[in-house]
Amino acid sequence: MKIHEYQGKQLFRKYGVPVPIGIAATSVEEAIAAIPKVQQQAGTEVVVVKAQIHAGGRGKGGGVKVAKTKAEAEEAVKKIFGMNLVTPQTGPEGKKVQRLLVEQGLAIEHEYYLGMLLDRTTGRVTVMASREGGMDIEEVAEKHPEKIIRESVNPATGWQDNQSRTLAKALGITGKVANELAMFMRTLTRAYDDLDCSLLEINPLITTKDGKVIALDAKINFDDNAMFRHPELEEMRDPNEEDASEQEAKKWDLSYISLEGNIGCMVNGAGLAMSTMDIIKFYGGAPANFLDVGGGATAEKVTAAFKIITSDPEVKAIFVNIFGGIMKCDTIAEGVIKAVKETGLKQPLVVRLEGTNVELGKKMLAESGLNIVAAADMADGAQKVVQAAKEQR
Amino acid sequence: MSVLVGYDTRLVVQGMSGTAGAFHAKQMVEYGTNVVAGVTPGKGGSKVAGLEQVPLYDTVDEAVRLAHANTTVIYVPPPFAADAILEAAAAGIETIICITEGIPARDMIKVKYVLDLEYPGVVLVGPNCPGVITPGQCKVGIMPGYIHKPGGVGVVSRSGTLTYEVVGQLTKLGLGQSTAIGIGGDPVKGTDFIDALAWFANDPGTSSIFMIGEIGGDSEERAAQFIKDNIDKPVAAFIGGQTAPPGKRMGHAGAIISGGKGAAKDKIAALQAANIAVAATPAEMGSTLAKVLASASTRG
Repeated sequence: MKIHEYQGKQLFRKYGVPVPIGIAATSVEEAIAAIPKVQQQAGTEVVVVKAQIHAGGRGKGGGVKVAKTKAEAEEAVKKIFGMNLVTPQTGPEGKKVQRLLVEQGLAIEHEYYLGMLLDRTTGRVTVMASREGGMDIEEVAEKHPEKIIRESVNPATGWQDNQSRTLAKALGITGKVANELAMFMRTLTRAYDDLDCSLLEINPLITTKDGKVIALDAKINFDDNAMFRHPELEEMRDPNEEDASEQEAKKWDLSYISLEGNIGCMVNGAGLAMSTMDIIKFYGGAPANFLDVGGGATAEKVTAAFKIITSDPEVKAIFVNIFGGIMKCDTIAEGVIKAVKETGLKQPLVVRLEGTNVELGKKMLAESGLNIVAAADMADGAQKVVQAAKEQR
Repeated sequence: MSVLVGYDTRLVVQGMSGTAGAFHAKQMVEYGTNVVAGVTPGKGGSKVAGLEQVPLYDTVDEAVRLAHANTTVIYVPPPFAADAILEAAAAGIETIICITEGIPARDMIKVKYVLDLEYPGVVLVGPNCPGVITPGQCKVGIMPGYIHKPGGVGVVSRSGTLTYEVVGQLTKLGLGQSTAIGIGGDPVKGTDFIDALAWFANDPGTSSIFMIGEIGGDSEERAAQFIKDNIDKPVAAFIGGQTAPPGKRMGHAGAIISGGKGAAKDKIAALQAANIAVAATPAEMGSTLAKVLASASTRG
């Protein structure tokens, strides 16, 4: 699960991680009212108006403006709020800005990059930092991997101050500012662990002219598997940032990702679902979605999955590819028949069944009187559904 | 011969009174697996319907002492699964197979750390995996038993249903399996490709290997190097997710940590560089290995 920058900073504040003074707003009026408050609290005239969308690269798209006066700030608010922000991460369609963060401007000494995430190879959380902050960090990683410093977190001891000193030395941070960095890292690593984060990125992390270490940005992703421990974080979910079909899928515990193509897919198991997409592409088609119905699906769940697939107007044909282990083929057949009857299927439907109770499942589909194309195996099904989608155009 | 599980396996089912645990315990008993005990804290001494012959205990320690269990399979819900793994290790179980899907990464980081440090002899398979089966001898997990056939192909896979797919294809081609190991797709897990490959290399009952990888991480690349350096037996492979769209990755940091690795084409290139035949589509996994075996026998 992802959250907005301002929500990330609220959590940082709770853990004592230094962030700029700022107020979030959900309307132009609120944002304009926030400007003098931020100016007063910070004791400076300069504020920064930042668009709050989940995608990164907001500055490049014009979603971040530094304002030297109240009038300039108001102008920035009016300009950014409601704009369709296009960044390298939003895709060409962009994202409508419906939330703003008004923040104090700071006198920056230097910008750094700081990231934390799980390293699959070592099975430990790794802290990564670089002096080359504020810019395209992927480019730094590719061209100058030596400029990225890594320190792994020991699961038993947690992050230690000596690691902060190593980090400070490598980043060229000295004296009292190095102590500030140690304080910063102590609170930040505690927040990562406590909140079950899966990714934490601060780009840039800054040192100020007066020797402070502050998180100027906050990107946090949480481990979806750990959300049962954090009911308070559920409230931070922004429905505007999530695909409606993906949210409906979540309700049914289905794993669904919408894609650009026109062949709807329903598969059990993530690996088989990805491979089904591969084989559709191999035969010249394009999948409209990734959908994993999971292991223990009921007929109701299959029906829900079907409705989600057919709610995409681009879908011209549907491929059901099931290798039933726990998932019994007769359960799938029951769900498919129920769904087709309820939704009145318009598109051609190709079904490939294999596994537990396969004969019963095939018999149920054959006797249903519905227009279902049976596939002998995965390759046969993929070819048939690609052909069917072409004929629909 | 076999790897990990076989005739010697004495299995305890942790979470046996739950819906999934009870269902699969019955399936395993039907397959012929020697299920010697079940464990559900607070329900020791009671009976699970359809499994009346299997004693139910409160602790794994009792299952080891009283029923001489040497292997466990875990169906415990995610919030309690990490504890269940550590309980099994502390009780002296040496083979732990964890089926549970959805264990928080933070829990697994700690479990892995403790197992590596304090229980170096313990093998953990999973979590979030279909389990391990030695066809005709012993099935531990959730895979459909009937698609398997005893034989010489060792199967190791990161994906559950893709494992069934390759096993189904192999069986139809008359190629039986020595042992099929689902290692699971979680970021922090026990057994990895290299462990399983080493077991298959040393197992006289395994004459060839099929490996199924997926996008993300660099296990497949490391496995390719390992095969090149250590394995003489014929190996074929498949990588799932070749057409998965980019952008579903975890921000910048994900790309950095992998050092640019993780894409299907890199994994396929690494495997091919190690002289491993890679199936072009998931429908050709079985036939790809069959071709490798045919050319090996004409050469031999």
